[in-house]
Parts: sequence; structure tokens; C-alpha cells
Amino acid sequence: MTEAIDAEGLIKRFGKVTALDGLDLRVRTGEVHGFLGPNGAGKTTTIRVLLGLMRHDGGTVSLLGGDPWSAATALHRRLAYVPGDVTLWPNLTGGEVIDLLGRLRGGLDPQRKAELLERFQLDPRKKGRTYSKGNRQKVALVAALASDVELLILDEPTSGLDPLMEAVFREVILQEKRRGDRTVLLSSHILAEVEALCDRLTIIREGRAVETGTLDDLRHLTRTSIQAELTGPPDGLATLPGVHDLRTDNGKVRFDVDTDALEPALQTLVKVGVRSLVSQPPSLEELFLRQYQRDER
Amino acid sequence: MTGTGRLIRLILRRDRVILPIWILAFGLLPAAIYSSFEGLFTTDAERISFAHVSADNAGFVALYGLLRGDSFAALTSWRTGFITVMIGLATLLTVIRHTRTDEEAGRTELIGSTVIGRHAPLAAALITTAAASLLIGLLTFAGMVGKSGSVSGSLAFGAEFVAAGWIFAAIAAITAQLTSSARSARSIAIVALGVSYALRVGGDISALGTGGVSWLSWISPLGWVSRIFPYGSINWWPVVLSVLLTALAVAVAIYLRGRRDLGDGLFAARLGRATATPSLRTPLALAWRLHRGLLVGWTVGLGLLGLIFGGVGGSVLDIARDNKGLSDIFARIGGSDQIVDSYLAGTAGIVGLIAACYAVQATLRLRDEETTGHAEAVLATSVSRLAWAGSHLLFSLLGPALALFAEGAVTGLVYTQGNFADIVGGVMLQLPAVWVLAAVAVLLFGVLPRWSLVAWAAPAACLLILLVGESLRLNQWLLDISPFTHVPRLPGGNVSATPVIALLAVALAVGVVGLAGLRRRNIPD
Repeated sequence: MTEAIDAEGLIKRFGKVTALDGLDLRVRTGEVHGFLGPNGAGKTTTIRVLLGLMRHDGGTVSLLGGDPWSAATALHRRLAYVPGDVTLWPNLTGGEVIDLLGRLRGGLDPQRKAELLERFQLDPRKKGRTYSKGNRQKVALVAALASDVELLILDEPTSGLDPLMEAVFREVILQEKRRGDRTVLLSSHILAEVEALCDRLTIIREGRAVETGTLDDLRHLTRTSIQAELTGPPDGLATLPGVHDLRTDNGKVRFDVDTDALEPALQTLVKVGVRSLVSQPPSLEELFLRQYQRDER
Repeated sequence: MTGTGRLIRLILRRDRVILPIWILAFGLLPAAIYSSFEGLFTTDAERISFAHVSADNAGFVALYGLLRGDSFAALTSWRTGFITVMIGLATLLTVIRHTRTDEEAGRTELIGSTVIGRHAPLAAALITTAAASLLIGLLTFAGMVGKSGSVSGSLAFGAEFVAAGWIFAAIAAITAQLTSSARSARSIAIVALGVSYALRVGGDISALGTGGVSWLSWISPLGWVSRIFPYGSINWWPVVLSVLLTALAVAVAIYLRGRRDLGDGLFAARLGRATATPSLRTPLALAWRLHRGLLVGWTVGLGLLGLIFGGVGGSVLDIARDNKGLSDIFARIGGSDQIVDSYLAGTAGIVGLIAACYAVQATLRLRDEETTGHAEAVLATSVSRLAWAGSHLLFSLLGPALALFAEGAVTGLVYTQGNFADIVGGVMLQLPAVWVLAAVAVLLFGVLPRWSLVAWAAPAACLLILLVGESLRLNQWLLDISPFTHVPRLPGGNVSATPVIALLAVALAVGVVGLAGLRRRNIPD
């Protein structure tokens, strides 16, 4: 399988500030890749390096098999980009911006555009300055999605969209995914969105990739929450490796357990005797919070 | 009005550098010019003779206004006539910056949600600007009382500056209510200033000759303040008129603000095209959409200026005929044609500087496009950096060419006694100097993008050199900094190719360095 994006040890400095500090990012052709990280982690900087808007200071990067800095204009024919903060020319209408950006990229499918305008319920006749944030976002999304390109780079594309439109966005991306020949790099804060859409994801923090893999891979790194009502005292549970945050209350226990330690923990419970048991699967949110909170330590 | 005090403090904090600069520059200049005149004319006879020649020199009158009296103080107040335009520009920009610009950017909304009255932002901007104008007036008064000893005259002189600042602050307060875009609000206010200046020039030049249209000065606020004549027989009427106009304009602005919602203009936004025209498919087509308003505005504006400059050309000839002493002087240096030629060549220099402002403004659109994020959207498509910048630069290079040609052609057509080719040529010869200033803006944008706005210092410095360079007896090398110093004078002068080629080479070299910087740097920076 080829890689649409392959960045290794990417370094980008702004004066004394190091924005990217040896970032690795691999996105396979045809996959939807989630790109997560707290504010200021370097997501937008990474995307700008990938687009050839900024030059990296170290490491290697290839985009669709080419150098994003030197071959920028040729590569840009094959991708479409939705910036995180969409601004439109105040005196151009939304429809004009969609057509213009599509043509500057090398053409867009008018039928597809009409369909997307309909689905996103966007009035293309309004002037740029009169759109709300969500509607500006829709203009950029329609312009990108209606282009016939190999790679979509979306920087927090649903910020400002209402829940209904978020759902439309998900449907559209799932459709793209079924086609199988489009690659999507989706930077996002909305975990449910990433869980619903992405095949693999990369979490970055302070300019480095801290986790990367499929959702299932990453779930192995997370803990399952267990609540159980026991018939006896939970002897031996507290000392079991991989068990965290154990609380006991009147015959009830609550604890988190590493995925690898799940089996011995359950065996211990069964030995004591179980009256009832609730287990919560690891969520991306928990993983995300744990990764983020390392910042604060 | 609640919260006005806090907003004033916010304005003072945000403008803590620029505000003192223009207050001090405009307030201290009169006394400095007075001193330089003292050094320039060692005998009374010299000074009086200079005053008499200047009073009838149409080029001088166009630039500075009418001269009454021949004292040092009278010469100073006359020579600073153009400062009123610059004060008007400074106050109108400040008012728009703290009203419509904030509103368009959404900052007013943020502030409006706190305990701040609806009229507070406008009130704060107006009070700050009015106080700044007052400070300029006080500095002028203090400096000139010390020099001239005339209290009433210096009071009137200070009032002249205050009036100019107040009127254009109030006019900007109105234009800030009209459109939802700060750019348009600013443009309308600047057009009002330009029209006011053009009317003053037309009226004053006419007053020199037959006086047929000298009333033009009386429908221009800049005309009013130029007719206070602080050190002649003081005329207080313009001060009263200015205060009344300011009060009226502020009342209109408050009324308009009360009638509209936050973010709206008076002109409601209409629906536009659902699809782009087939031609909107290149960076150049986009640049045309973004620059066409500016191009039409400046071309029409300079064309109107040409109408006035050409229209009063005849009066200039009359002056030369009527004034025996003057025509003797000019007969010695080449005949009465010379006086008209020098007038036309002088106006060409002014027009060149105005066109340079257009060139800088059009070039800085690139920076605007970058900071608003539009550049990022375009450069993420298959448009190269050079194609993007080039499409804008085409307008900042050829736009001023068209505007200059419009001015020259209209002047030439209206002033039928002149040589059309020489008149147009004299104006078009400014183009290389205009391009040098555009190139400076490209250099800053490419290499030091965060300092792009400093590009405005270039035309400002050239204007200062043109206005006060000689009277302050600056060193020649300082005068030589301005590219306009090197432009051959036409009609009436000798045109040599060397300075033109040199200016073009400088513009090209500086521009290329800027573009090379743009190709290497981060976007946005």
C-alpha cells in the first residue's frame, strides 16, 4: 500500500519556538486519517508544511509522492484544502468562491456541487461578508468536496456547523470513503466524529506524534472501567498489576484496568464471587484526555 | 454612552505609538518652519520679495493656498497649508480604525456585550481624535506665540489645525455608518478629503486670476480653514463654520448609528450571483475583482484633479500678464510660458505623489489578502506564489499608470493653450518614481511582512521632502532620498533618460528582492 502523506522527523521552528519537534505522520492512500491534538499542538503548522505554505527546518516529508515545497503547484491540482478558519472575500458570493477555488484547482463537478449545495442547505447567492461562521465553513467544504481530487486536507472542518450539518458532513465523508480512491486527512477535536469516520489516527502533542495506529490498536493502550458488586472482600485485587484507581464501597468495587491485565482481574473477581458486573469499553475520549493531560503534569 | 471612558483608555493604549507621533509632528512643524524661514531670509527685502512672488505663483497657491501678508508668521502659516490635509487624513483614519474596522472584525460585538453603551465606541473615537486635534492646535499656538509674539494670530493658526481635524473626524464618523466594510468607509472619507482639496485648489487659483470660480473654495472645508489668514486680517468666520459643520456631522452620525444594527451599513447587502462568470478562473481575474473599485476610484479622482489643474491653467497665464514685476522676472528666465510650465510641472509632481499612494495601497492588498487568510486558500490551489503576487502587482504598477494618464490627458485637453504631449509626458514621467515606492512596499511585504504598513512612510517622507525640504534647507542627499526629486520636469525642462532608467532599475532591483523573499518565506507570517 502506498502512502499519500509520509512525514518523518519533521521540525519547524518559529524563531525560538519549536512548533514541530520531530513529527512523524503516515497517511495511507485511500484511508481517512484522524489528526488529533490539543490547541497549539502543531496540527495547523503540519498542514501548512504539507501544503508548501511553510518550509520545514528538518526531517523529510513527501506528499502524493512529491516534495510539497518545490512541487507545490503541481501537487495542489491533486488535493483540496479546507482551512480551519475560513474567510471569504467580502464582495464575492459563496457561489463565486466555490467556482473560483474549484477552477484554480483544475475544475469541479457541477452536478456534485449542486448536490452538495442542496445537502448542506447553502444559499450560494449571498456575499461573503454576510455568511455566518458555519456557512463560511460550508462554502469551503462544498468547494473542496466538489473537486475531483485524490487527497482532501480538512482542518477542523465541522467547527461552527450545527449538529444536523455535522451529520451531513459525516455522511458525505463516509460516501467518499466507500469510493476507496480518496485519501482524507481530518484534523478534528470532535472525538465522536473521528471514531465514526477514521480508519487510523495520529495524536500529536507539543509538535510530536505521541500515538498512531487504528482505533483498535489504540484501544489496547487504554483502560476498561469495571463496576462490580461482590459477594466477598476483593482480596488481592489492589496489588494486581494493571489495576488502577480502585475504590471499594460496601461490597461494591470500581476500578480501571489496562487492557492487558483484564483477564487476571476478571479471574480475581470471579474467585471472590460476582453478584453483578458492568464494564465500560475504552473510549477514544479517555485516551485523548490521558494524552492531553500529560501536558499539565 | 456608558463605558466611553474605558474605551478611550483602550484607544490610547492601542494607539500609544502612532498618536503621539502625528500630534507632535504636526504640532511642532510650524515653529520649525518659522525658524528655517528666519535662517533663509536675512533681510526684510528678501523676505518681502519672496512673499510677493509666492503669492502669485500658481503652483505654490495650488499646494499651500492663498498667501496674505509678508511677515515670517504669515509665510509660515501659508507654507503649512497642506498640513491641514494631512491632519484631516490622520483624524479620519483614526476614527474609521476605532469604529467600523473594529465592528467589521467583530471586536465591537465582543465589547458591546459588556457594560458599554451603543454610542460609546463612536463617542470614544470622536473624543480621542478631537482631543488629539486640540493638542496639535495647542502645540502650534504655543510654538508660534513664542516665535511671532502675536497671541490672536497664533490662536487663529491653532484653530485652523483644530478645525481641519474636527471636520474630517466628524465626516469619517458618518462614512463609518454607511457601509459594512471599513475599506469602503475609509475610501468614501478619503474621497471627501480629496474633493475638498481639489475644490480649494480650483477656487484659490481662480481667485488669483479672474476670480470666476473662486467660490469653489467656500464649498470646501479645506477652503474655509485656508481662509482664516491668522497673521493677516484674521477671519474668524471659517472657525465658526467648521465648528457648526462638525456638530452637524456628528449629529448625523449619531442619528445613523441609532437607526442601524451592529455590523450593518446603511446600504443593505443584496444577493449576488449563484455561480461565477466563466471568466473568473485565474488569479488575474480574481485580482481584477478585488482591484477594480480601487482602479476606477483613483482614475476618476485623478481625472477630476486634472480638470481643476487644467481649468485654472488659463488663470495662471493671466497672472503672468497682469503682474508687471512678475512677468519681468519670468521674461528674464524664458518668457511668460515659463510660469505656466513651472505651474504644470509642479502639479505633475503632486499628482505623482498621489499616484504613489495608490501604488502603495494596491501593493499592500497582498498583505491584506495574507492576514485575512485569503492568500492561504488561493495558494493551496495550483496557483504559484509568483502568479498570485504578480496578478496583484499588475494593478499596483499599471493602475497608477492609468490614473496618471487620466490626469495628464484631462489637464491637457482642458488647458488648450498648452502642448498636450508635454503635459501628458510630464505626468507620465512620474511613473518610475511611483514604481520605486511600489517596489519598497513589495520589499517589505516579501522580506519583513509584519512591517508591511511601514511602506506608507515612503510616500509620507516624499511628501514632507516636497513640502518643506527647501524651506528647512535639508541637505541635498536627504532631498535625493525621494525618487520624486530625480524626476525630470516637463513641460519646460530638459528630459534626460538617465534618471528615468536609474529609477526603473532601482524599482526593478528592489521589487525582485521582495519577490525572492516572498518565495522563501512562511505564509501566513
